Amino acid sequence: MICELVKKEQPKEHIYDFTVLCPEMAEQAKAGQFLHILCGGDAYLRRPISICDVTEGKYLRFIFEVRGEGTKSLAEKKVGESIDILGPLGNGFSLHPEDAEDALLIGGGIGIFPLLNLAKELGNKPNVILGFRNKDAVMMEDEFSAASSKLMIATDDGSYGFHGLVTDLLKQQMETGRVSHIYTCGPTPMMRAIAEIGKEHNIPVQVSLEERMGCGVGACVTCTCMVNGGRKRVCKDGPVFDGAEVEF
Amino acid sequence: MAEMKVNIAGVEWKNPVTTGSGTFGFGREYNEYFNLSELGAVCLKALSAVPRLGNPSPRIAETPKGILNSVGLQNPGAEVFLERELPWLRQFDTKLIANLCGSTIEDYVKVAEMMGDSVDMFELNISCPNVKEGGMAFGTNAKMIEEITQKVKAVSKVPLIVKLSPNVTDIAEMARAAEAGGADALSLINTLFGMKIDVKTRRPVLYNNMGGLSGPAVKPVAVRMVYQVRQAVKLPIIGMGGITTGEDAIEFLLAGANAVAVGTAGIVDPYAWIRVRDEIEAYLDENHIKDVNDIVGMVEMH
Ligand SMILES: Cc1cc2nc3c(=O)[nH]c(=O)nc-3n(C[C@H](O)[C@H](O)[C@H](O)COP(=O)(O)OP(=O)(O)OC[C@H]3O[C@@H](n4cnc5c(N)ncnc54)[C@H](O)[C@@H]3O)c2cc1C
Ligand SMILES: Cc1cc2nc3c(=O)[nH]c(=O)nc-3n(C[C@H](O)[C@H](O)[C@H](O)COP(=O)(O)O)c2cc1C
Ligand code: FES
Repeated sequence: MICELVKKEQPKEHIYDFTVLCPEMAEQAKAGQFLHILCGGDAYLRRPISICDVTEGKYLRFIFEVRGEGTKSLAEKKVGESIDILGPLGNGFSLHPEDAEDALLIGGGIGIFPLLNLAKELGNKPNVILGFRNKDAVMMEDEFSAASSKLMIATDDGSYGFHGLVTDLLKQQMETGRVSHIYTCGPTPMMRAIAEIGKEHNIPVQVSLEERMGCGVGACVTCTCMVNGGRKRVCKDGPVFDGAEVEF
Repeated sequence: MAEMKVNIAGVEWKNPVTTGSGTFGFGREYNEYFNLSELGAVCLKALSAVPRLGNPSPRIAETPKGILNSVGLQNPGAEVFLERELPWLRQFDTKLIANLCGSTIEDYVKVAEMMGDSVDMFELNISCPNVKEGGMAFGTNAKMIEEITQKVKAVSKVPLIVKLSPNVTDIAEMARAAEAGGADALSLINTLFGMKIDVKTRRPVLYNNMGGLSGPAVKPVAVRMVYQVRQAVKLPIIGMGGITTGEDAIEFLLAGANAVAVGTAGIVDPYAWIRVRDEIEAYLDENHIKDVNDIVGMVEMH
């Protein structure tokens, strides 16, 4: 689908915040689903990027970090230009609105983006933990603050918020209150650790995985991960999986 | 409107466009984008007698105008396919091609027997570079090609297409070997064996280290090979390798292919198959060619 880029911001040196006009996709979009974007330039394949927010029922917002060829070309698009986007793709998070207020969302690095939409969709405001490398990397604090009942921020070097890992904050939260469900997206070691804690304490954990992709629709089986002894397609069977079943 | 029907080894396709095996799954995903009945034939992902897990991820790497893949023939096995996928596929008015794979000649014979006449054609995949045993090992040795073709042909109830590997020094020799073994048609090319290294980590991008190259990058090699095979044998040819537009497909037809498959282009654009079909038709109409079969092999060499 060809979508018009209507808003472009650059919250950090390498991070871009895009809003595109696309009523058809916005209508269907669920938290945790992703867009498969043709970036232009020399990038041959599409790039998977999470849906970060849906606004006014017709705008889709996504935020991405410039890493290589594709995201670099995408960052060069100008407002008013069109972008070829496939989506929304994949299974999003499964919501449990009944105990959303005890739900905990944990994001690390670029994994925080899909959690904003999730926090808004959950119904009741959840608790949110975000982890960043350092103070300079911290972003979207105000937005997550508004969408959560409690926002906790951790940095690896202690230059902002809590000095330590998101899993330390998770343990604190488990001691002081109830955690009904955990939703997480971020670096693999972080998600693995959270899934283990969830298993130990019988808390269901939904993890959003990343894998290199081709088609994004489930046909080429290039994006597989190991789940419950079998290979699953991250694009079609995921990207959200039951953390207890993923073989990280 | 030009005539688009083609006849491949006695099987009539309503148009000359099929799917590259392994890029289209068993069709369910892309049926959400277009009706499978729009295609001349649907070539399904590889099937073996027993389920195969394939290789670990990463299984895909981007390269200039192409991709490397190392899926390694992951599939649920012929039995599961026959039970769960075939009944669904049968609702479509298109020809079905089963792509057969195995580790030994016996495996190939077994899967051909299991499939019986449940589909319209078989495609013998002796050209997959992503498996340790079988695959390309069979497809790069003329004697082996002849032997395996003969043995599978002996049990095949439907026309047998042999899919050739481009990873050989003399493609014409391989084509003649398949013909000698009793192949009813040929398809080419499968992927070119390649490798990509991440210079930051100094490791190959693919977990399997090496994989098969496809997409626009391989097209000139594929066109050349189709031409050479057309000069060597009379069998129908299904040409593929990087086809993204109708004009790409016309190149293959001019070189001597009777039909074409689109694979990697569809991974990027889910409408590529239909677009290629429409663009072939448009080319024929614009050039006042009444029948697609009229341009097959019509390249004029210098
Ligand atoms: C479901 C999903 C959601 C994602 N959501 C976001 C998001 O919201 N924001 C964001 O900044 N990033 C997100 N990513 C990661 C993003 O897809 C990669 O950073 C991006 O593809 C890198 O492309 P490139 O052109 O910059 O890099 P290149 O190095 O040029 O990419 C080469 C190839 O490798 C693939 N690739 C490289 N890194 C990754 C990776 N980490 N994951 C998957 N494929 C990769 C590319 O897609 C491409 O096919 C997501 C990934 C997945 C799987
Ligand atoms: C992800 C992927 C999986 C493939 N799997 C198979 C397969 O299972 N059997 C087979 O014969 N060829 C397989 N191929 C090869 C294609 O069918 C085709 O021969 C090749 O990709 C060249 O065409 P293309 O450039 O249009 O993709 C695969 C190719 C890709 C990209
Ligand atoms: S990217 Fe093709 S199956 Fe997931």
